[in-house]
Amino acid sequence: MIDDPKIYSRRRKGAFDWSTAFIAGLVAVCATVVFVREGSAHFWSVLTGDVVLFADMLPKVLAGCLIGTFVMILLPRDLVVRLIGSESGLMGLLVATFAGFLLPGGPLTAYPVAAALLAVGADAGAAVAFLTSWTLLGYTRALVWELPFFGSDFVIWRIVIAVPLPVLAGLLARLALRSGLIRWGDER
Amino acid sequence: MSLFVNLLLGSILAVLLGFAALRGRVVLVQSLREGAVDFLRLLPRLALGVIGSGFIAETVPQGLIVQWLGPDSGVLGLGVATVAGALTPGGPVVGFAIGAAALKGGAAMPQVIAYATAWALFALHRLLVWEVPMMPARLVWLRALVSLPLPFLAAAGALLIGRP
Repeated sequence: MIDDPKIYSRRRKGAFDWSTAFIAGLVAVCATVVFVREGSAHFWSVLTGDVVLFADMLPKVLAGCLIGTFVMILLPRDLVVRLIGSESGLMGLLVATFAGFLLPGGPLTAYPVAAALLAVGADAGAAVAFLTSWTLLGYTRALVWELPFFGSDFVIWRIVIAVPLPVLAGLLARLALRSGLIRWGDER
Repeated sequence: MSLFVNLLLGSILAVLLGFAALRGRVVLVQSLREGAVDFLRLLPRLALGVIGSGFIAETVPQGLIVQWLGPDSGVLGLGVATVAGALTPGGPVVGFAIGAAALKGGAAMPQVIAYATAWALFALHRLLVWEVPMMPARLVWLRALVSLPLPFLAAAGALLIGRP
Protein backbone atom coordinates (compact mmCIF):
# COMPACT_ATOMS: atom_id res chain seq x y z
CA MET A 1 0.00 0.00 0.00
CA ILE A 2 2.74 2.42 0.98
CA ASP A 3 4.56 1.83 -2.33
CA ASP A 4 1.51 2.79 -4.33
CA PRO A 5 2.33 6.21 -5.84
CA LYS A 6 -1.35 7.00 -6.40
CA ILE A 7 -1.82 7.36 -2.65
CA TYR A 8 0.11 10.58 -2.77
CA SER A 9 -1.59 11.92 -5.85
CA ARG A 10 -3.53 14.43 -3.76
CA ARG A 11 -2.78 17.75 -5.42
CA ARG A 12 -1.07 20.29 -3.23
CA LYS A 13 -1.60 23.98 -3.70
CA GLY A 14 1.34 26.34 -3.93
CA ALA A 15 2.13 28.83 -1.21
CA PHE A 16 -0.13 31.45 -2.80
CA ASP A 17 -3.28 31.54 -4.94
CA TRP A 18 -6.00 33.96 -6.02
CA SER A 19 -8.38 33.19 -3.14
CA THR A 20 -5.66 33.93 -0.59
CA ALA A 21 -4.88 37.15 -2.46
CA PHE A 22 -8.57 38.11 -2.35
CA ILE A 23 -8.79 37.51 1.41
CA ALA A 24 -5.51 39.36 1.96
CA GLY A 25 -6.84 42.40 0.11
CA LEU A 26 -10.15 42.29 1.97
CA VAL A 27 -8.39 41.99 5.33
CA ALA A 28 -6.08 44.90 4.50
CA VAL A 29 -9.01 47.16 3.58
CA CYS A 30 -11.09 46.16 6.64
CA ALA A 31 -8.15 46.50 9.02
CA THR A 32 -7.52 50.00 7.68
CA VAL A 33 -11.19 50.92 8.11
CA VAL A 34 -11.17 49.64 11.70
CA PHE A 35 -7.95 51.49 12.48
CA VAL A 36 -9.17 54.83 11.05
CA ARG A 37 -12.74 54.57 12.38
CA GLU A 38 -12.23 53.02 15.82
CA GLY A 39 -8.67 54.04 16.72
CA SER A 40 -5.54 52.07 17.44
CA ALA A 41 -6.60 50.72 20.87
CA HIS A 42 -9.60 48.93 19.35
CA PHE A 43 -7.48 47.79 16.40
CA TRP A 44 -5.02 46.08 18.75
CA SER A 45 -7.75 44.48 20.87
CA VAL A 46 -9.31 42.92 17.74
CA LEU A 47 -5.91 41.71 16.57
CA THR A 48 -4.98 40.24 19.97
CA GLY A 49 -8.34 38.46 20.28
CA ASP A 50 -7.91 36.84 16.87
CA VAL A 51 -4.32 35.80 17.52
CA VAL A 52 -5.46 34.07 20.73
CA LEU A 53 -8.25 32.35 18.78
CA PHE A 54 -5.75 31.22 16.16
CA ALA A 55 -3.35 29.86 18.80
CA ASP A 56 -6.22 27.92 20.39
CA MET A 57 -6.98 26.35 17.01
CA LEU A 58 -3.46 25.20 16.19
CA PRO A 59 -3.56 21.83 18.03
CA LYS A 60 -6.87 21.00 16.28
CA VAL A 61 -5.35 22.00 12.96
CA LEU A 62 -2.39 19.68 13.47
CA ALA A 63 -4.63 16.83 14.65
CA GLY A 64 -6.88 17.36 11.60
CA CYS A 65 -3.96 17.17 9.17
CA LEU A 66 -2.54 14.07 10.84
CA ILE A 67 -5.92 12.30 11.02
CA GLY A 68 -6.48 13.09 7.33
CA THR A 69 -3.11 11.59 6.36
CA PHE A 70 -3.53 8.51 8.55
CA VAL A 71 -7.02 7.87 7.22
CA MET A 72 -5.74 8.15 3.67
CA ILE A 73 -2.81 5.80 4.19
CA LEU A 74 -4.52 3.27 6.45
CA LEU A 75 -7.96 2.91 4.84
CA PRO A 76 -7.95 -0.08 2.48
CA ARG A 77 -8.92 1.31 -0.90
CA ASP A 78 -11.18 -1.62 -1.84
CA LEU A 79 -13.16 -1.13 1.39
CA VAL A 80 -13.75 2.55 0.58
CA VAL A 81 -14.77 1.71 -2.98
CA ARG A 82 -17.18 -0.93 -1.68
CA LEU A 83 -18.68 1.30 1.03
CA ILE A 84 -18.86 4.69 -0.67
CA GLY A 85 -17.66 4.22 -4.27
CA SER A 86 -19.68 5.11 -7.34
CA GLU A 87 -21.43 1.71 -7.27
CA SER A 88 -22.38 2.02 -3.60
CA GLY A 89 -25.84 3.44 -4.29
CA LEU A 90 -28.02 4.91 -1.56
CA MET A 91 -26.27 2.90 1.15
CA GLY A 92 -22.97 4.64 0.31
CA LEU A 93 -24.58 8.03 0.78
CA LEU A 94 -26.01 6.92 4.14
CA VAL A 95 -22.60 5.64 5.27
CA ALA A 96 -20.97 8.93 4.17
CA THR A 97 -23.65 10.93 6.01
CA PHE A 98 -23.10 8.95 9.20
CA ALA A 99 -19.32 9.39 8.91
CA GLY A 100 -19.78 13.16 8.54
CA PHE A 101 -21.95 13.21 11.64
CA LEU A 102 -19.36 11.27 13.67
CA LEU A 103 -16.23 13.17 12.64
CA PRO A 104 -15.15 15.68 15.29
CA GLY A 105 -13.45 19.02 14.72
CA GLY A 106 -13.64 21.91 12.29
CA PRO A 107 -12.91 22.44 8.60
CA LEU A 108 -9.36 21.32 9.19
CA THR A 109 -10.49 17.85 10.03
CA ALA A 110 -13.30 17.52 7.53
CA TYR A 111 -11.70 18.77 4.31
CA PRO A 112 -8.49 16.69 4.54
CA VAL A 113 -10.56 13.58 5.32
CA ALA A 114 -12.91 14.27 2.39
CA ALA A 115 -9.93 14.84 0.06
CA ALA A 116 -8.41 11.61 1.37
CA LEU A 117 -11.64 9.69 0.74
CA LEU A 118 -11.70 10.96 -2.86
CA ALA A 119 -8.05 10.00 -3.31
CA VAL A 120 -8.74 6.41 -2.25
CA GLY A 121 -11.80 5.92 -4.43
CA ALA A 122 -14.93 7.45 -2.87
CA ASP A 123 -17.26 8.94 -5.46
CA ALA A 124 -18.08 12.66 -5.62
CA GLY A 125 -21.66 12.09 -4.42
CA ALA A 126 -20.41 10.41 -1.25
CA ALA A 127 -17.85 13.18 -0.66
CA VAL A 128 -20.59 15.80 -1.04
CA ALA A 129 -22.88 13.88 1.34
CA PHE A 130 -20.00 13.58 3.82
CA LEU A 131 -19.18 17.32 3.77
CA THR A 132 -22.84 18.38 3.87
CA SER A 133 -23.45 16.09 6.82
CA TRP A 134 -20.38 17.40 8.59
CA THR A 135 -21.48 21.04 8.15
CA LEU A 136 -25.16 20.54 8.99
CA LEU A 137 -25.22 17.64 11.48
CA GLY A 138 -21.74 17.76 13.08
CA TYR A 139 -22.27 17.63 16.81
CA THR A 140 -18.99 19.18 17.93
CA ARG A 141 -19.65 22.49 16.23
CA ALA A 142 -23.28 22.51 17.39
CA LEU A 143 -22.07 21.92 20.96
CA VAL A 144 -19.24 24.43 20.91
CA TRP A 145 -20.72 27.30 18.89
CA GLU A 146 -24.40 27.03 18.15
CA LEU A 147 -25.77 26.05 21.56
CA PRO A 148 -24.52 29.12 23.48
CA PHE A 149 -26.04 31.50 20.90
CA PHE A 150 -29.36 29.84 20.11
CA GLY A 151 -30.19 27.47 22.97
CA SER A 152 -30.85 23.73 22.77
CA ASP A 153 -34.41 23.90 21.40
CA PHE A 154 -33.36 25.75 18.25
CA VAL A 155 -30.24 23.61 17.70
CA ILE A 156 -32.01 20.26 18.12
CA TRP A 157 -34.83 21.16 15.73
CA ARG A 158 -32.48 22.68 13.18
CA ILE A 159 -30.47 19.44 13.15
CA VAL A 160 -33.57 17.20 13.02
CA ILE A 161 -34.83 19.16 10.00
CA ALA A 162 -31.41 18.84 8.34
CA VAL A 163 -31.10 15.02 8.71
CA PRO A 164 -32.28 14.13 5.15
CA LEU A 165 -30.36 16.97 3.44
CA PRO A 166 -26.87 15.34 3.09
CA VAL A 167 -28.27 12.30 1.29
CA LEU A 168 -30.30 14.63 -0.96
CA ALA A 169 -27.17 16.68 -1.75
CA GLY A 170 -25.27 13.46 -2.56
CA LEU A 171 -28.05 12.30 -4.89
CA LEU A 172 -28.13 15.71 -6.61
CA ALA A 173 -24.34 15.61 -7.02
CA ARG A 174 -24.48 12.17 -8.67
CA LEU A 175 -27.34 13.41 -10.87
CA ALA A 176 -25.39 16.54 -11.89
CA LEU A 177 -22.37 14.42 -12.80
CA ARG A 178 -24.38 11.81 -14.68
CA SER A 179 -26.35 14.42 -16.63
CA GLY A 180 -23.08 16.06 -17.68
CA LEU A 181 -23.99 19.35 -15.97
CA ILE A 182 -20.61 19.21 -14.28
CA ARG A 183 -17.82 17.10 -15.71
CA TRP A 184 -15.56 15.19 -13.40
CA GLY A 185 -12.26 15.42 -15.20
CA ASP A 186 -8.61 14.87 -14.46
CA GLU A 187 -8.56 16.81 -11.21
CA ARG A 188 -9.32 13.80 -9.12
CA MET B 1 -15.58 22.46 25.36
CA SER B 2 -12.48 23.20 23.35
CA LEU B 3 -10.69 20.82 25.69
CA PHE B 4 -13.28 18.12 25.03
CA VAL B 5 -12.83 18.45 21.27
CA ASN B 6 -9.04 18.34 21.69
CA LEU B 7 -9.29 15.20 23.82
CA LEU B 8 -11.60 13.53 21.31
CA LEU B 9 -9.29 14.42 18.42
CA GLY B 10 -6.32 13.22 20.47
CA SER B 11 -7.98 9.86 21.14
CA ILE B 12 -8.82 9.32 17.47
CA LEU B 13 -5.27 10.27 16.55
CA ALA B 14 -3.87 7.85 19.16
CA VAL B 15 -5.92 4.96 17.74
CA LEU B 16 -4.80 5.78 14.20
CA LEU B 17 -1.18 6.06 15.37
CA GLY B 18 -1.52 2.59 16.89
CA PHE B 19 -2.84 1.13 13.64
CA ALA B 20 -0.07 2.84 11.66
CA ALA B 21 2.58 1.51 14.09
CA LEU B 22 1.19 -2.01 13.62
CA ARG B 23 1.73 -1.63 9.88
CA GLY B 24 5.39 -0.88 10.46
CA ARG B 25 7.83 1.95 11.00
CA VAL B 26 7.84 3.13 7.39
CA VAL B 27 4.09 3.68 7.32
CA LEU B 28 4.17 5.48 10.66
CA VAL B 29 7.01 7.86 9.77
CA GLN B 30 5.63 8.52 6.29
CA SER B 31 2.16 9.37 7.67
CA LEU B 32 3.55 11.70 10.33
CA ARG B 33 5.75 13.49 7.80
CA GLU B 34 2.91 13.90 5.27
CA GLY B 35 0.55 15.26 7.93
CA ALA B 36 3.13 17.68 9.30
CA VAL B 37 3.94 19.00 5.81
CA ASP B 38 0.21 19.57 5.15
CA PHE B 39 0.00 21.45 8.45
CA LEU B 40 2.98 23.71 7.68
CA ARG B 41 1.75 24.50 4.18
CA LEU B 42 -1.66 25.54 5.51
CA LEU B 43 -0.39 27.73 8.35
CA PRO B 44 0.20 31.05 6.53
CA ARG B 45 -3.15 30.88 4.74
CA LEU B 46 -5.01 30.03 7.94
CA ALA B 47 -3.23 32.70 9.97
CA LEU B 48 -4.32 35.29 7.41
CA GLY B 49 -7.94 34.07 7.35
CA VAL B 50 -8.47 33.61 11.07
CA ILE B 51 -6.60 36.68 12.28
CA GLY B 52 -8.06 38.81 9.49
CA SER B 53 -11.67 37.69 10.01
CA GLY B 54 -12.07 39.88 13.11
CA PHE B 55 -11.40 43.01 11.04
CA ILE B 56 -13.84 41.92 8.34
CA ALA B 57 -16.53 41.27 10.98
CA GLU B 58 -15.97 44.72 12.52
CA THR B 59 -16.84 46.45 9.24
CA VAL B 60 -20.09 44.53 8.53
CA PRO B 61 -23.20 46.66 9.18
CA GLN B 62 -24.99 44.16 11.43
CA GLY B 63 -28.11 46.32 11.98
CA LEU B 64 -28.87 46.25 8.28
CA ILE B 65 -28.77 42.44 8.15
CA VAL B 66 -31.09 42.16 11.16
CA GLN B 67 -33.57 44.46 9.37
CA TRP B 68 -33.70 42.26 6.27
CA LEU B 69 -34.48 39.00 8.10
CA GLY B 70 -37.77 40.24 9.63
CA PRO B 71 -40.86 38.05 10.09
CA ASP B 72 -42.78 39.72 7.23
CA SER B 73 -39.99 39.15 4.73
CA GLY B 74 -41.48 35.89 3.39
CA VAL B 75 -39.81 34.01 0.54
CA LEU B 76 -37.77 37.11 -0.33
CA GLY B 77 -36.56 37.09 3.27
CA LEU B 78 -35.51 33.45 2.84
CA GLY B 79 -33.58 34.43 -0.28
CA VAL B 80 -31.98 37.36 1.53
CA ALA B 81 -31.19 35.09 4.49
CA THR B 82 -29.56 32.54 2.19
CA VAL B 83 -27.44 35.15 0.38
CA ALA B 84 -26.56 36.85 3.69
CA GLY B 85 -25.51 33.51 5.18
CA ALA B 86 -23.28 32.83 2.18
CA LEU B 87 -21.70 36.30 2.35
CA THR B 88 -21.21 36.46 6.14
CA PRO B 89 -17.48 36.83 6.68
CA GLY B 90 -15.47 35.50 9.61
CA GLY B 91 -15.70 32.42 11.77
CA PRO B 92 -18.60 30.77 13.62
CA VAL B 93 -18.78 33.60 16.16
CA VAL B 94 -19.83 36.11 13.49
CA GLY B 95 -22.33 33.83 11.76
CA PHE B 96 -24.05 32.69 14.94
CA ALA B 97 -23.91 36.13 16.57
CA ILE B 98 -25.73 37.70 13.61
CA GLY B 99 -28.25 34.82 13.54
CA ALA B 100 -28.90 35.15 17.26
CA ALA B 101 -29.16 38.95 16.99
CA ALA B 102 -31.68 38.60 14.16
CA LEU B 103 -33.70 36.18 16.28
CA LYS B 104 -33.75 38.61 19.21
CA GLY B 105 -34.69 41.46 16.88
CA GLY B 106 -37.87 39.62 15.92
CA ALA B 107 -36.77 37.72 12.82
CA ALA B 108 -38.88 34.69 11.94
CA MET B 109 -37.58 31.20 12.79
CA PRO B 110 -37.55 29.87 9.18
CA GLN B 111 -35.46 32.85 8.05
CA VAL B 112 -32.91 32.24 10.80
CA ILE B 113 -32.85 28.49 9.98
CA ALA B 114 -32.23 29.38 6.31
CA TYR B 115 -29.51 31.83 7.35
CA ALA B 116 -27.74 29.35 9.67
CA THR B 117 -28.00 26.56 7.06
CA ALA B 118 -26.74 28.76 4.23
CA TRP B 119 -23.91 30.00 6.40
CA ALA B 120 -22.94 26.42 7.29
CA LEU B 121 -23.12 25.27 3.66
CA PHE B 122 -21.44 28.04 1.71
CA ALA B 123 -20.01 30.90 3.71
CA LEU B 124 -17.88 32.34 0.91
CA HIS B 125 -15.09 33.27 3.27
CA ARG B 126 -14.74 29.70 4.54
CA LEU B 127 -15.03 28.30 1.05
CA LEU B 128 -12.08 30.44 -0.08
CA VAL B 129 -9.92 30.18 3.04
CA TRP B 130 -10.41 26.51 3.90
CA GLU B 131 -12.18 24.43 1.31
CA VAL B 132 -10.56 25.57 -1.97
CA PRO B 133 -6.99 25.15 -0.66
CA MET B 134 -7.74 21.64 0.63
CA MET B 135 -10.09 20.11 -1.91
CA PRO B 136 -10.21 19.54 -5.68
CA ALA B 137 -11.80 22.82 -6.91
CA ARG B 138 -14.38 21.01 -9.01
CA LEU B 139 -15.77 19.20 -5.97
CA VAL B 140 -16.12 22.51 -4.11
CA TRP B 141 -18.25 24.00 -6.90
CA LEU B 142 -20.24 20.79 -7.33
CA ARG B 143 -21.00 20.76 -3.61
CA ALA B 144 -21.97 24.45 -3.60
CA LEU B 145 -24.21 23.98 -6.65
CA VAL B 146 -26.19 21.02 -5.31
CA SER B 147 -26.48 22.73 -1.89
CA LEU B 148 -28.37 25.72 -3.33
CA PRO B 149 -31.88 24.37 -2.55
CA LEU B 150 -30.98 23.14 0.95
CA PRO B 151 -31.53 26.40 2.98
CA PHE B 152 -35.00 26.75 1.41
CA LEU B 153 -35.80 23.08 2.15
CA ALA B 154 -34.67 23.52 5.76
CA ALA B 155 -36.88 26.62 6.13
CA ALA B 156 -39.80 24.73 4.54
CA GLY B 157 -39.21 21.89 7.00
CA ALA B 158 -39.32 24.33 9.91
CA LEU B 159 -42.60 25.81 8.58
CA LEU B 160 -44.05 22.34 8.03
CA ILE B 161 -43.48 20.97 11.53
CA GLY B 162 -44.00 24.35 13.21
CA ARG B 163 -40.77 24.02 15.18
CA PRO B 164 -38.64 25.31 16.75
